Amino acid sequence: MKFTYLSEGKGFHFPPCNILQVQGFQILFDCPLDLSALLPFSPLSVNLYAQLEECYHACPCDASSCSECGSGQKRKIGDDLDVGSLISAEPWYKTVKSLKLWDVSSIDVVLICSPMGMLGLPFLTRDTDFSARIYATEAAARIGRLMMEDLVAMHKETRLFYGPEGPSPEWLKWDAIELLPTALKEILIGRDGGDLGGWMPLYSAADVSKCMQRVQSLKYAEEACYNGILLLKAFSSGLDIGTCNWSITSPKQNVAYISGSVFASEISTKFDYHALWGSDVIFFSDCIAADLIHKDEVDFTSPGAAAELPSNLSEEPDAGERISEFLLNHDEFADESKKLTFLCSWALKSTNAGGSVLIPISRLGLVLQLLEHLTFSLQSQALKVPIYIISSVAEELHAFLKVMPEWLCKQRQEKFHSDQGYFSFMDLIEQKRLFLFPEIYSSELLAIWEEPCIVFSPHWSLRIGPSVHLLQRWCGETDSLLIIEEGVDANLACLPFQPMAMKVLHCSFPSGMKLREAEYFLQFLNPKYVLMPEKLKQDIRWSNHSYSLIYYHESETLHIPRVKSGTDVDCKIYLDFQLCSTKMGQEDINIATANGDFSVIQGKIQLGIGHEQILRSRTTPLICMGCVDLQSLVTSLQKLGMNTRVEEVMSLHGSESTSFVHVVEPKKALLQLTSAHTIIIANDESLASVLTEAVQSILDCI
Amino acid sequence: MAIECLVLGAGQEVGKSCVVVTINGKRIMFDCGMHMGYTDDRRFPDFSRIPCARDEDFTSSLSCIIISHFHLDHIGALPYFTEVCGYNGPIYMTYPTKALAPLMLEDYYRVMVERKGEEEVFSTQHIMDCLKKVTAIDLKQTVQVDGDLQIRPYYAGHVLGAAMFYAKVGDAAIVYTGDYNMTADRHLGAAQIDKLQLDLVITESTYATTLRDSKYVREREFLKVVHNCVAGGGKVLIPSFALGRAQELCMLLDDYWERMNLKIPIYFSSALTIQANKYYKTFISWTSQKVKDSYATRNPFDFKHVHKFERSLINAPGPCVLFATPGMISGGFSLEVFKQWAPNEGNLITLPGYCVAGTIGHRLMSAKTPTQVSIDQNTRIDVRCQIHQLSFSPHTDAKGIMDLIRFLCPKHVMLVHGEKPKMESLKARIVDEYKIPCCAPANNESVIIPSTHYVKAEASDTFLCSTLSPNFRFLRNSSRGHSGSSDTETAQPSLRISDDRVAEGVIVARKNQNPRIIHKQELPDVLGKEIHEVQGALCVPTRTANAIGKEDLLQEQLPLLHQLYLKLADEVAEVTVLKSEQSLHIESVVISVCHMDNCLYRLCDESGNIPETTYFCCKWSAADQKIAWRVISVIKNMELINS
Ligand SMILES: [Zn+2]
Ligand SMILES: [Zn+2]
Ligand SMILES: [Zn+2]
Repeated sequence: MKFTYLSEGKGFHFPPCNILQVQGFQILFDCPLDLSALLPFSPLSVNLYAQLEECYHACPCDASSCSECGSGQKRKIGDDLDVGSLISAEPWYKTVKSLKLWDVSSIDVVLICSPMGMLGLPFLTRDTDFSARIYATEAAARIGRLMMEDLVAMHKETRLFYGPEGPSPEWLKWDAIELLPTALKEILIGRDGGDLGGWMPLYSAADVSKCMQRVQSLKYAEEACYNGILLLKAFSSGLDIGTCNWSITSPKQNVAYISGSVFASEISTKFDYHALWGSDVIFFSDCIAADLIHKDEVDFTSPGAAAELPSNLSEEPDAGERISEFLLNHDEFADESKKLTFLCSWALKSTNAGGSVLIPISRLGLVLQLLEHLTFSLQSQALKVPIYIISSVAEELHAFLKVMPEWLCKQRQEKFHSDQGYFSFMDLIEQKRLFLFPEIYSSELLAIWEEPCIVFSPHWSLRIGPSVHLLQRWCGETDSLLIIEEGVDANLACLPFQPMAMKVLHCSFPSGMKLREAEYFLQFLNPKYVLMPEKLKQDIRWSNHSYSLIYYHESETLHIPRVKSGTDVDCKIYLDFQLCSTKMGQEDINIATANGDFSVIQGKIQLGIGHEQILRSRTTPLICMGCVDLQSLVTSLQKLGMNTRVEEVMSLHGSESTSFVHVVEPKKALLQLTSAHTIIIANDESLASVLTEAVQSILDCI
Repeated sequence: MAIECLVLGAGQEVGKSCVVVTINGKRIMFDCGMHMGYTDDRRFPDFSRIPCARDEDFTSSLSCIIISHFHLDHIGALPYFTEVCGYNGPIYMTYPTKALAPLMLEDYYRVMVERKGEEEVFSTQHIMDCLKKVTAIDLKQTVQVDGDLQIRPYYAGHVLGAAMFYAKVGDAAIVYTGDYNMTADRHLGAAQIDKLQLDLVITESTYATTLRDSKYVREREFLKVVHNCVAGGGKVLIPSFALGRAQELCMLLDDYWERMNLKIPIYFSSALTIQANKYYKTFISWTSQKVKDSYATRNPFDFKHVHKFERSLINAPGPCVLFATPGMISGGFSLEVFKQWAPNEGNLITLPGYCVAGTIGHRLMSAKTPTQVSIDQNTRIDVRCQIHQLSFSPHTDAKGIMDLIRFLCPKHVMLVHGEKPKMESLKARIVDEYKIPCCAPANNESVIIPSTHYVKAEASDTFLCSTLSPNFRFLRNSSRGHSGSSDTETAQPSLRISDDRVAEGVIVARKNQNPRIIHKQELPDVLGKEIHEVQGALCVPTRTANAIGKEDLLQEQLPLLHQLYLKLADEVAEVTVLKSEQSLHIESVVISVCHMDNCLYRLCDESGNIPETTYFCCKWSAADQKIAWRVISVIKNMELINS
């Protein structure tokens, strides 16, 4: 088994990308896009129009479109970052560079852990060499498709603006990059300068639909069997709707791949960690843990922290319950709820003061939670502030949310059974207080548009999508509010909208386990090996764990030691093995030779052993072991009434001796013996078999 | 190890489905239904027969309950069993079943309470408390009930959320089909299941002997009689349960009304049906592919022509279509409307394809109008209206049952949920055509079936490579190809492996350990002992005559070894004789022409060699003694021609 760490990613929106080689098959985990790399590009804006207009007039060249003209642009040179430093061109998209270098034809299976892990898939599937089977949960596939379609729709606006472009844009040339401020340069070429190869112009809507045709969707805990030998199962990771961890079972070992997992989930199906129990090897790719470590540190080392973790936890009878107890008592529910209430109070403060609120967050679970909290706050305070959700896929997403109870957590489902809807915000739609619109420039929207209002619209990079236009509208208002997720470089993100009078609120939500949770979780699973990203090494001070911990580095391939010496096989033995086998010496070992009838079914090898196969070996031994003791042989031949003469011959090298036992009477025969061989030479069958039996009785035979 | 099935209900009858299956010590109750035809003790399964050890209650005796779908004959006794009998363990059903079951049960509860003098066996509160204990699961989701028991639902068609259940304990596995439909209908898809290794399939057999024609014709027929009736100003009563049939027929009518531009109202009597429509809209992904594809534009369960029915409308003038609960006219509102509408010959009553004995529906099925039906001792109703029997059913027909059994190919089949004589004939077909043992036990009978048990072994890589590796197969294939070449072809490849024993393993079992399967080569490592080869050898003389004077000139050119080859291929025909340039191979026996005068393997009784004798040196593994001596006797008794 081999493991290659292609990219460590950047949290929720850009999950890690890895390749695992197991049983001769190559499995790719996730194929994401780094959308934070949109930041060096300038969003479309009135200013940009003006700027380009200016450059168009000042420019001596005859370029028909501005993107072709590099010389006249007043791009700032040097390290100060301001609006002028941004690239005014149709944005390209940053893929995982090492995946682009990988031989895609060698990939057999792609396993998707979250919708974000799908965003780069169309680049793979449009490659004619790519032939892998892609698996994703039904919900992840659905949401992933909508995200890709939305991306294509948002991008279309910039394409229309800049017009068609050549195969290699100006900004991607070295001399242009050299002129960029360090912060932007680093995004473009990476810290070590190697990322430049990862840039791609965006795929088309046709690429997306072709890609989706190849995705095989699964339910949670549904068994998919690849090539008869790999059993693949997705289990909920609790992070968001449809996100999952993977279990890969083969007759050699059970492997679990852990993506970002969250123990407390208010929207999606809860983290199914029990199902991963018994995995031999854990690939711990829960990327976010590291980002949160330093905040956790205080709580982790404080003397009042939870009692020391016992080393043999998983062997205790109530281990599962104890772990669940620990994990659930961890006040994440309360924490998250507090944060959401806080955000809502800020949002309402703004609207009460006459300002509007822009929420360009695209984490579906988070959006739904915010909507639920907002609905509750609005209803309890009898406020009539309208909420707009503006996205090309808002309608379809809404339709989907109405028909996917299987992907929601228990509490949501109870709500449904008690004859309420799954989501309270859906009532607002019926009451005409929440509106869904595909785009910002539509006459219907303008007809009902009211400010102050609360708007959910993409994209979180603040470079593309409807949020760009709304931000330009509101950035000067002191009472308006922008809520963005932590993890995005806020200064850079807001750069094109400076000077901003608008308030900006950052919020962070868990995208993975905490270190302490991970410790309990891994101890619970009781694996033999755990693979962790190297960056966690400095923070992990776990003692007495029963598994071996292996750290991996980016773009490094790791060989994982074997878990078992052999392969699990189900044997159908139709008769009592003890009766037909041979007991070896004094030990409690039974041995029999068997002729198998093999089949591979659902990742399991079955071997049928029938009567005839074992019985045959009973009458004539097939294998003999040990040495023939010359003296015993002579004695037993004498007992059979034979006269013998023994002769010993040393080989030329003197290393091995050959003994000859001549049978003189009653009939002539010869036995030639070495330490590993006995050859019986006799002129008739009955004598030969008597001699053979005599020899075999001295050996261990089966 | 065995599988024990105790049939508590639906044994040689339709109603109160309940089979308690014990697989390797794990006990599962499949369905917990009630019988609509009875109001006494016989309406529920006899739970007291569930095997319970001395200090065990139902909760500890059963590992779990699995409910296949929301029909009362499959779920009707569940609130009674959990809330009155006290079962408190896990209960599994699909998401739609969990959502729709309370509607079904409350519908029944209302009928039960309305009936006079009938004691209340459970309450609305019981229904709610019971459903809270249910774990909802998704299709194909594999649930680990406990360390050993694994269950998984498969799509069954029949009604929304209906599932067949696969259950596995250790190596023993069964499928309980519940009710299913092998053909798609207007709103649901056909049953779908994986090919599984099964010891037992417990299947419904409602239509054990029926074969049905095209659905389309039957639908058109239904629409025609309904249209004729309302066109003549008549009223149509469709007695049906709140869920399932009502939605399917309503889809059919709503669509027809749209196409024909009809304005006649369609009513639902029950608020439950309207509530149920909401669930149908939500669980659209459990309907047929065609319905699923259309939901983004318009949810097909948003009926356009459907209104809520008021009691005052019963005797209102003008035509209408009314869906009234309960089905089979077993009481309640449908009975009330029946009393009013049946005497008018302009009206129409449609009956489902199957009505439980004891219901009015059942009596009407065999009746010819005009007729009289007695409702109770004092009331008789003149039935002059038309009666149309719906011939489409959400159950599979006999062909579907046979197809499913052929596909799953289990070791045993058990029939439930059917009528005894029909089940007997289906049973005979299964035994005759598929050679699969089949039984159809009566209620409260118990059947024991042996279960599969595998020995868990660990196979070594070397062994697996020798058996599984594609290279090995390739080699074997190619050698087979060569062995068909003609005998006169002398230049043949020298290396040809066709030894089947390459695939042979050695099982090593140590006490208290899983056995290991290894390759012969690995034995020394595993046991710490060297292999000792025991062989037999003999240098066999055969007479040789000179070619001169012999007539057979054809053989003249052939080398001695080849002559022997032809002879052996003829005499020991049952084993393959292989020939290389210097030797012949039969199993482990190697034969070559011996040119050494003092060959070690030559045992000469007489001194000196006989001039016109050729010697063949033979050597073999002790295991092949028998064949070796046959070869030797052939050599000894033959005569070769020397060129
Ligand atoms: Zn049914
Ligand atoms: Zn039934
Ligand atoms: Zn010889």
